[in-house]
Amino acid sequence: MSLLDVFTVIMTASGFFFFFAGSIGLLRFPDVFCRLHALTKADNLGLGLIVLGVLPQAASIFDALQITFIWLLIMVAGAVSCYLVANQAIETLSEDTVGQSDKINDLSMKKTTKPTINSSAGSTTNEF
Amino acid sequence: MIEYLSAIVGMLILMLLVGLGRILLGPSTADRMLASQLFSTAGVSILILLAIIQNQSALINVALVLAVLAPLTLITFIRLRKKPL
Repeated sequence: MSLLDVFTVIMTASGFFFFFAGSIGLLRFPDVFCRLHALTKADNLGLGLIVLGVLPQAASIFDALQITFIWLLIMVAGAVSCYLVANQAIETLSEDTVGQSDKINDLSMKKTTKPTINSSAGSTTNEF
Repeated sequence: MIEYLSAIVGMLILMLLVGLGRILLGPSTADRMLASQLFSTAGVSILILLAIIQNQSALINVALVLAVLAPLTLITFIRLRKKPL
């Protein structure tokens, strides 16, 4: 085994480790955002390490360039789709809990109008 | 080297099967789409490893197509979930 083969073995093994960690995280984490965190970060790192380890074994320089390009493409796609899924999850979350942003607005408004709430307790709660 | 890379491919496929359990479990549809995201990343790495193992550069093109098409499914999913278009 030459030095490059040792490099390949170490890099692909650690890449598989990160893939494994990401997939375990996808299974075990409690909600969508934690799963997104596990999947998009650990999996992209695992793919990057596997690509890095495979590069010395590539048949030609063109193949190596193409593999590197695929890795960059996957990184961009992973970032975009992570953002989109998180945005979607936040929207459905706020729909489920009767408007998360509205609730935050209510809280801030109640904070500013706290003296009036204290002075006339019964009437102001009906406004919101 | 080829045997070692084949073992890595086999373990990646097993890991992919375990990760796809999220499609069965997942409470929301976003979770299920995340499993498809895992499928795309792991599938691309499996295809790249297979291209190295079998010494076929065409499989790298297959991986490229998968890498291009995989985010489109997620983007379509997000576009469909939005109510008015």
